[in-house]
Amino acid sequence: MRRRKSRRTGSKTLVNTILAVICLIWLIPTVGLLVSSFRPASDILKTGWWTVAPHRENVTKDKIQLPKDTDLRQPIEVQGKTYTDAELRKGVKAPDGSTLVWENRRARLIDIQKPGWKMNADFTLDNYKGVLTGKTYKLVQPDGSERTEKGSNLSRAFLNTIVVSIPATVIPILIASFAAYAFAWLKFPFRKTLFVMVIMLLVVPLQVALIPVSNDFAALGLNGNFLGIWIAHAGFGLPLATYFMYSYISQLPKDLFESAYMDGATNFTIFTRLILPLAVPSIASISIFQFLWVWNDYLVSLIFLGGQESVQVLSMRIANMVGSRGDAWHLLTAAAFVSMLMPLAVFFGLQRYFVRGLLGGSVKG
Amino acid sequence: MSTASAAKRSMPRIALWSVLVPLFNVAVHSAIFVFLRDSALPPVLYAILAILWGVGGVYSIYWSFNWVIEQYSDVWKRRIQPFLFIGPAIGLLAWLLLIPTIRTFIMSFQDASSSKFVGFANYAAVFTNRLLLTALRNNLLWVVFGATACIILGLLIAVLADRSSFERLAKIIIFMPMAISFVAAGVIWKFIYYYQPGDEQIGLLNAIVVHFGGDPQAWTSMTQPWNNLFLIVILIWMQTGFAMVILSAALKGVPEDILEAARMDGAGEIRIFFRIIIPFISGTLLSVTTTVIVFTLKIFDVVMVMTGGQYDTEVVATQFYRQFFMYQNFGYGSTLAIVLLIAVIPVIVFNLRQIRKQGEI
Repeated sequence: MRRRKSRRTGSKTLVNTILAVICLIWLIPTVGLLVSSFRPASDILKTGWWTVAPHRENVTKDKIQLPKDTDLRQPIEVQGKTYTDAELRKGVKAPDGSTLVWENRRARLIDIQKPGWKMNADFTLDNYKGVLTGKTYKLVQPDGSERTEKGSNLSRAFLNTIVVSIPATVIPILIASFAAYAFAWLKFPFRKTLFVMVIMLLVVPLQVALIPVSNDFAALGLNGNFLGIWIAHAGFGLPLATYFMYSYISQLPKDLFESAYMDGATNFTIFTRLILPLAVPSIASISIFQFLWVWNDYLVSLIFLGGQESVQVLSMRIANMVGSRGDAWHLLTAAAFVSMLMPLAVFFGLQRYFVRGLLGGSVKG
Repeated sequence: MSTASAAKRSMPRIALWSVLVPLFNVAVHSAIFVFLRDSALPPVLYAILAILWGVGGVYSIYWSFNWVIEQYSDVWKRRIQPFLFIGPAIGLLAWLLLIPTIRTFIMSFQDASSSKFVGFANYAAVFTNRLLLTALRNNLLWVVFGATACIILGLLIAVLADRSSFERLAKIIIFMPMAISFVAAGVIWKFIYYYQPGDEQIGLLNAIVVHFGGDPQAWTSMTQPWNNLFLIVILIWMQTGFAMVILSAALKGVPEDILEAARMDGAGEIRIFFRIIIPFISGTLLSVTTTVIVFTLKIFDVVMVMTGGQYDTEVVATQFYRQFFMYQNFGYGSTLAIVLLIAVIPVIVFNLRQIRKQGEI
């Protein structure tokens, strides 16, 4: 529905400016993550990601090596003046306008810094190598010493997430479409009651079901394997998918089915040969929805899949990394971006369907 | 399959098939399940097989059962076939949502190990225990601040975008966080809120504070209870796009001639907005609000990833998780889930009314 735009040209600049500012605020978090994920580990810990852009800052012009036995509790003499340890830690102005600051207290090394233009635009793919292959890498620490650390292998988790997501998208939508067809076009007892049940379950919080279902799964041996998580996601995604498919399928013209039925088609062939192809647009939009929901899910995987490496999904893996290596920003940022790749690809590739999926569910009426 | 040929089929044969096909299905699929579970295949091969089985299996089940039903006489076929079509859906829903709700409700009146009934003791505990009360308070904060901000910002952006010269781009930018998982968003925002002592800050927020001469803060842990607001910001960042897209569609449905007529009468833009546009889209506004509220009530991942519920940021869902998994207290866990359910009942009723109005049931 295209409409004539810009009713008030006078305020348009203002509108554009405000909107641009909001968009900028919205973008900054993601941009920060993306930029950081390409920066060397030591850079991330030392300077903010925005310093990759040209900016004024104190640049080290020279270094002073104090005697190794300098007592830090006493006033420290540098270039004929004395400073305290605390001053040198924060950085202190010397008489000639330069700033003196510890480079390394233990090594008694002082930087002489002067303001200058600087760009910390040093980019690397090491972080991604670190999270994708799990290779060990060297980390240069602020004091110059090196430390080796093991990366975190996300490729298995990535694969697992695909194994979880594809069936957990296809299965519920197939089941929901069958049900939607029956609700819309077949006659059977309790049709309305059952449909009301589906509608009611639309908003029932997941948490209500977790304890009993998890007990059942434990009894059936479904905890911690893919079948279990497919069933769980299928069940939890069904109400929305059924309702969504119902509202599409029920609006298809009636004569379509009648003529097919006259020609001797069975309900099953009508459904697979006629309904499914016709419903492709709405199947696409609900699939995107379900796929993103499953891909991004954390709670359901946490409960039904557990933390075993062979089945662990990306969201769990990254959440664990946040817990155990909260300061390993070089790994965390790269890992987070790896986990965002698929959803963002789906989003940018299919956003028209994605939006239609949203509207199908909520704007009606 | 014509009526005549179906009628000719002998009863014993149909009965035999009706038993054999389900048995065969169960046997084959359990065999594959066990094989896949215990196999040590290379991961990629395993992934392909698992996906094929998962997707193909469901279709083959429908297909084979339908084949059996097609053998029946027309009267029975017509009676049974609808149940084949809705059966799996209803079965799954009953098993995974409906019956669990009832079981959870019963468990909420039982003790920690669900072995004996304790009446309303769990409910009394939930509303007196400090930790659980904090969780309830925080959920209220999330709904009040989070949902309100999402709706207002979403509406504002939708209105602005409608009049701007880069509507599509702006909408994509605002909407994009919807595609990002809460866990990834947690990493993003943890980095923004990152705190370290001293003047050099690598977290954006603290860098700004320091730049303007302030002291860096540990945003998500200190400054209680305001730290909750910093977590809520993440929800706003992620969910505003949702509200915006739907409200924007509704805005585009406001007939141009009504707006034109109002302008002719000399009404200002702000007056038009509150007197014409808002009433016109009120239905959508209400349904978006309820959707966002339901979503916000269930909030879990953000808190789990950002603070793990420490520093008084616990919400009902994280408390639920803790009671259930760490303390194995099924009584408290169930009670919290039921409290959450009670909170969304008005939304369920609203939903049903809305759909009934559309004449679908």
